[in-house]
Amino acid sequence: MLESPYVTQYLTEHFSEADYPTLEGYERRGGYRAARKAITEMAPDEVIETVKTAGLQGRGGAGFSAGLKWSFMPKDDERPKYLVCNADESEPGSFKDRILLERGAHQMLEGILIAAWATGACATFIYIRGEYAYPAVQVERAIAEAYAKGYLGENVMGTGFRHDVQVTRGAGAYICGEETGLLESLEGKKGQPRKKPPFPAQYGAFGMPTTVNNVETFSHVPHIIGKGADWFRGFGTEKSPGTTIFGVSGHVVRPGLYELPLGTPLSEIVFEHAGGIPGGRKVKGVIPGGMSMPILPAGQLDVPMANEFLRERKTMLGTGGVMVMDETTCMVRAASVISYFFRDESCGQCTQCREGTGWMHKIIERIERGAGEEEDIDVLGDVAGKMEAKTICAFADAAAWPIQGLLRHFRDDFVEHVRQRKCPFPGSFEL
Amino acid sequence: MVISDETRSKIEEAISKYPQKRGALLPAIHLVQADCGHVSKECAAELAEIFEILPIQVMEVVSFYNMFFDSPQAKHHVYVCTNLPCSLRGSRSLLSQLESHLGVTAPGATEDGRIFLGHEECLGACGYAPMMRVDDEYHEDLDVEKAKQILDSLGK
Repeated sequence: MLESPYVTQYLTEHFSEADYPTLEGYERRGGYRAARKAITEMAPDEVIETVKTAGLQGRGGAGFSAGLKWSFMPKDDERPKYLVCNADESEPGSFKDRILLERGAHQMLEGILIAAWATGACATFIYIRGEYAYPAVQVERAIAEAYAKGYLGENVMGTGFRHDVQVTRGAGAYICGEETGLLESLEGKKGQPRKKPPFPAQYGAFGMPTTVNNVETFSHVPHIIGKGADWFRGFGTEKSPGTTIFGVSGHVVRPGLYELPLGTPLSEIVFEHAGGIPGGRKVKGVIPGGMSMPILPAGQLDVPMANEFLRERKTMLGTGGVMVMDETTCMVRAASVISYFFRDESCGQCTQCREGTGWMHKIIERIERGAGEEEDIDVLGDVAGKMEAKTICAFADAAAWPIQGLLRHFRDDFVEHVRQRKCPFPGSFEL
Repeated sequence: MVISDETRSKIEEAISKYPQKRGALLPAIHLVQADCGHVSKECAAELAEIFEILPIQVMEVVSFYNMFFDSPQAKHHVYVCTNLPCSLRGSRSLLSQLESHLGVTAPGATEDGRIFLGHEECLGACGYAPMMRVDDEYHEDLDVEKAKQILDSLGK
């Protein structure tokens, strides 16, 4: 079981209290009141409008407006509609959904119920990565409690609204976190992403209109409906309202989870909350949003952690996974670990991705060994550039961006490997 | 029949929860593995019959996912995460010391078939590195001694 976050706000404030994961404990702290309010007092469109006005951005990586996504669900359509909760958290550096599943399963279920009411969905599939055994047990327990209390099933809270929820376990494939790869996996197939259009709102799970949202996105919803859009906008920036749970890892004194408003400066997260770099060493670079997002060098840590500011620095918030690397770190080794991961996890459908991830890793590995030529560095940049925006899903982009970021800010590390014909960072982490 | 009646009835129950039969294929493979340890050719053929698909369609799903196996497995699966956040906190040296402790080269199993040792890509424990997954359980904030003790306590 995970430790409660070091800094908590509305999402995680009760996570250290033993009875909070139970339905009784959740209700004692006001749980399920927002769902009751939505279903009994609000029209579905009103719920969607409130979430739109609140400005809730999806917390699964892309940052798309949740309310807008819900509004894409067809209204005059007789087919059954579904929600999918993406709990396939597998972005390296990200571990926030795990605690939301372990400690806040009812909060997430309440968000699902509200979204179901808003979109007219009759069922939700919660897709949990196969390795998350304990979180899955907690979610199953919460679902059983909600059914027993009549909060799920044929007659939700006695209102006549029907909603069923069930869990599907993944089986170890990063690509199933991509929403259409997830849908394929949910249908019992290889998790190979689908071409869009058609988008899931038209053709999603089992061919039916579907909305896919991340665990954290659903978890914010009860707070927005319960306390209002204006209250929600009191956290974060004008364009990026609310809090998020930053997962801090790597070379810091206190790695762990921190729930903070969007727009919190990266330097505040690294140096104040996570306690800075151990041993009095200096920071070299920080990946701000999970491994797919380009790194920022030490001089750019003043950036507020919200997409409108991060985009100016050619990176993004992603899943809020903050990976900190100190001055001993060899950035070519970091590139090697990153490129190995993407080579390993490419689903193989698209040539640019299948071949590109392999070539990137091969070139990086050669440079790290001291066997690279200066020309290799340009070829690496060229391969990464040719992988962008050419494939069925964004995986190839996610593989190219971190390498491009490392080349942009730490090209000298690559050049020194070539010139010295060895790794010039003997104190770096082992490969 | 290699798939037991008990597992078959659990598979039928899983099928009833999905709008299309095939939706229950991943849950069914999880159930078969829990029962038989891996998905043999015979298991795949029986699953194919239950799901009214071809055995090759079962096997292509088995081969796509890291947690599904088509050959007999060691009793315990141990994976050390070697992704970047864990590597920054010494997971690779932990893995190599566990390799010498067990006398195996990862990925590989001990001769007695007790432990399979491998590396894995990000298990969502980045703030508690280094870490390893032992079967269904996570062990976090590890040091070498603690990790060795955990491995030594695993039964045959």
